[in-house]
Amino acid sequence: MAALSSLRVVVPQVDITRGASGAQGAHSAGAVGDKAFFGLRSGQRLGAEVGRVTLRGCGVAVPAGNVRATAAASKVVKEKAKSEKAQLLVTKEEGLELYEDMVLGRSFEDMCAQMYYRGKMFGFVHLYNGQEAVSTGFIKLLRKEDYVTSTYRDHVHALSKGVPARQVMAELFGKTTGCCRGQGGSMHMFSAEHGLLGGFAFIGEGIPVAVGAAFSSKYKREVLKDDKADTVSIAFFGDGTANNGQFFECLNMAQLWKLPVIFVVENNLWAIGMSHYRSTSDVEIWKKGPAFGMASAHVDGMDVLKVREVAKEAVARARRGDGPTLIECETYRFRGHSLADPDELRSPAEKAHYAARDPIVALKKYLLENELATEADLKSIEKKIDDVVEDAVEFADASPLPQRSQLLENVFADPKGFGIGPDGKYRCEDPGFTAGTAQV
Amino acid sequence: MLGVFRHQANGARLIVSKFLGQGKGGCSVRRPFVHASPLSRGMADVAVVADKMNVRDALNSALDEELTRDPLVYVMGEEVGQYQGAYKITKGLLEKYGIERVRDTPITEMGFTGIGVGSAFYGLKPVVEFMSINFAMQAIDHVINSAAKMLYMSGGKISVPIVFRGPNGAAAGVGAQHSQCFAAWYGSCPGLKVLMPYDAEEARGLLKAAIRDPDPCIFLENELLYGVEYPMSAASKDKDFTLPIGQAKIMREGKDVTIVTFSRQVEIALKAADILAKDGISAEIINLRSIRPLDRPCINNSVRKTSRLVTLEEGWPQHGVGCEIIATICDESFFYLDAPPERICGADVPMPYAVNLEALAVPTMDDIIRIVKRCCHRGRAAA
Repeated sequence: MAALSSLRVVVPQVDITRGASGAQGAHSAGAVGDKAFFGLRSGQRLGAEVGRVTLRGCGVAVPAGNVRATAAASKVVKEKAKSEKAQLLVTKEEGLELYEDMVLGRSFEDMCAQMYYRGKMFGFVHLYNGQEAVSTGFIKLLRKEDYVTSTYRDHVHALSKGVPARQVMAELFGKTTGCCRGQGGSMHMFSAEHGLLGGFAFIGEGIPVAVGAAFSSKYKREVLKDDKADTVSIAFFGDGTANNGQFFECLNMAQLWKLPVIFVVENNLWAIGMSHYRSTSDVEIWKKGPAFGMASAHVDGMDVLKVREVAKEAVARARRGDGPTLIECETYRFRGHSLADPDELRSPAEKAHYAARDPIVALKKYLLENELATEADLKSIEKKIDDVVEDAVEFADASPLPQRSQLLENVFADPKGFGIGPDGKYRCEDPGFTAGTAQV
Repeated sequence: MLGVFRHQANGARLIVSKFLGQGKGGCSVRRPFVHASPLSRGMADVAVVADKMNVRDALNSALDEELTRDPLVYVMGEEVGQYQGAYKITKGLLEKYGIERVRDTPITEMGFTGIGVGSAFYGLKPVVEFMSINFAMQAIDHVINSAAKMLYMSGGKISVPIVFRGPNGAAAGVGAQHSQCFAAWYGSCPGLKVLMPYDAEEARGLLKAAIRDPDPCIFLENELLYGVEYPMSAASKDKDFTLPIGQAKIMREGKDVTIVTFSRQVEIALKAADILAKDGISAEIINLRSIRPLDRPCINNSVRKTSRLVTLEEGWPQHGVGCEIIATICDESFFYLDAPPERICGADVPMPYAVNLEALAVPTMDDIIRIVKRCCHRGRAAA
């Protein structure tokens, strides 16, 4: 099994005015190869292998006109090398925060499965077990006002972004206290307060939405002259989506307009029962970025610290206006596509292989080996999360179902949107409207 | 990078996907594990026509017979092959007909729909499956602009014998983006035939007719009916059994009111009719089967007999199928009406997720009974 803990990165064009010692600008085709842009030190990694950063004959033919070589390693990461402590990738607080978030994601999803089989939730439920490192690695670097879009596999993105577990669970139960008042459901988690823009059932739908959110950020900065507008948006999607037309359209536009968006591919090799290798002509998704002149990286998505390092760079790039990044994360879902999926097509050997690379177990090992935390610390986090999830279930159970009148609410932002009723007045003014008995 | 399928001709069928690395230094991409498909475990078999079949098996048998009959027919869609179909409609077909005729596609609705339409221009007969007809919105440009309008734009020269099929309308707890009913949208488009079967026999007959039809057909199924069993008539077991497109069926004769409906609501209307009969209201139930072309003579003759009309559908009220039915009655049979025609539709909202709200958003038997009674009593109250 080829080990993929190496980090392949391509940054085909770097804006010379931006200060990263790009003044070396040597124009040569192929100079893009062998240059380290993301200067990761070969510090300690979770896996046994040291991450290698160079590009290797990836067969990318980048026209000379698009490429300006640079030998600059990222300053952000280099500065860390100075301090002793920076041998480690995280501080204790950060490490525990990551651990807690991943454990929350895992426990919550396990509880969802239980609740589904008990009939408390219904419809399509897609669980995120195994992929927690990607969500935690990226979203924990964002601010509250940054944006995240996702697919139907969105529970953990919502939790990482800060939506309270209670609200997510209540939404799954279809209760009125859910984050979308019970109207959205498992696949449609939205939260304006936390910058969670969904939750889409059609794959690929979230990508233009994330690019649009990034566009609004850039617009505020440039047109409305708001200097503080530097929000970043991240679009999470899978390998199947990387074949969809919307993806390519957005890669082009995001790079063209240099929008502060990050495209994160959670490549878990399977789209329901369709293997990535059967549906994709060139299976290396990260290579699709350079075709659009976009910075691109591939990272081991089962390792939260590696993901976090790459994410830091990408978020920093976006915030300072250097444009979008495409990041492919190698990851795996431990459960089937949804709770209704018999999951017969994936081989047990493959599942076992990835189960051995469980991101939570790996982080735990890292924290303990590097004495960032003790067993007791981690146990107490696990206990705390158990309580949080139990409380979420109790809350959701105790919450009321939506009122009948809620059926007609929230169709339009303008309450007169239901038009004029038979008596000549606006329908929303009919007393029967809010009781849900008015004829619409 | 090529994905090469090696398909062993006999014995256990292992579908091994390998790929050939390229580039200097080799791209170290994950090598896939060997996957044994469920086919090798004998789990997937094509359905056999029987006295009682569920809708899923009826569709499966129809596809099977048409694939056998005409080598130009092929099936394309997401998960139709190895996964045996997202709703198992295409189970066993890959094993029987091979990967050239039962094609798994990547998740590119616009792309593969366009490919299907293009292949139909040159005589192939694709059956394009959408995992949900909602996903067809990503491909609707090709359904309408490339398929429906093509014969007209080309002056009658290029016909498009394609079938688009998939589950349509409300299911159970699947949220706003999976629950829209598209009968009205597609029904308004000239050049497209829109079929909505109810029971297993209709599913079988109409799908076979659609595949043999030289025009583009949209075949709107219902997810909740896939598992429901219905009796099959002797004639329906014949491999050349087809039902005529554009002909409605009178499911139940009556003399007081005509209820016009289609798909899953037919079942609910039939039950409501039993209850109404106890109250002395004899309802005639018409199952449209085909939204376009609409069987206007059937509807009109029925209303001329009963003098009252109630239309019933799960889709949204504005510009729905019911509107066209009422318009056609007003055009041709207005003076036969004894009461204003009534529409029963789904709620004018995107489908909510919460269980109780979802139940409120779709017509129920109580709604039908209440509206039919209101329709019937209006005339009498005036008299």
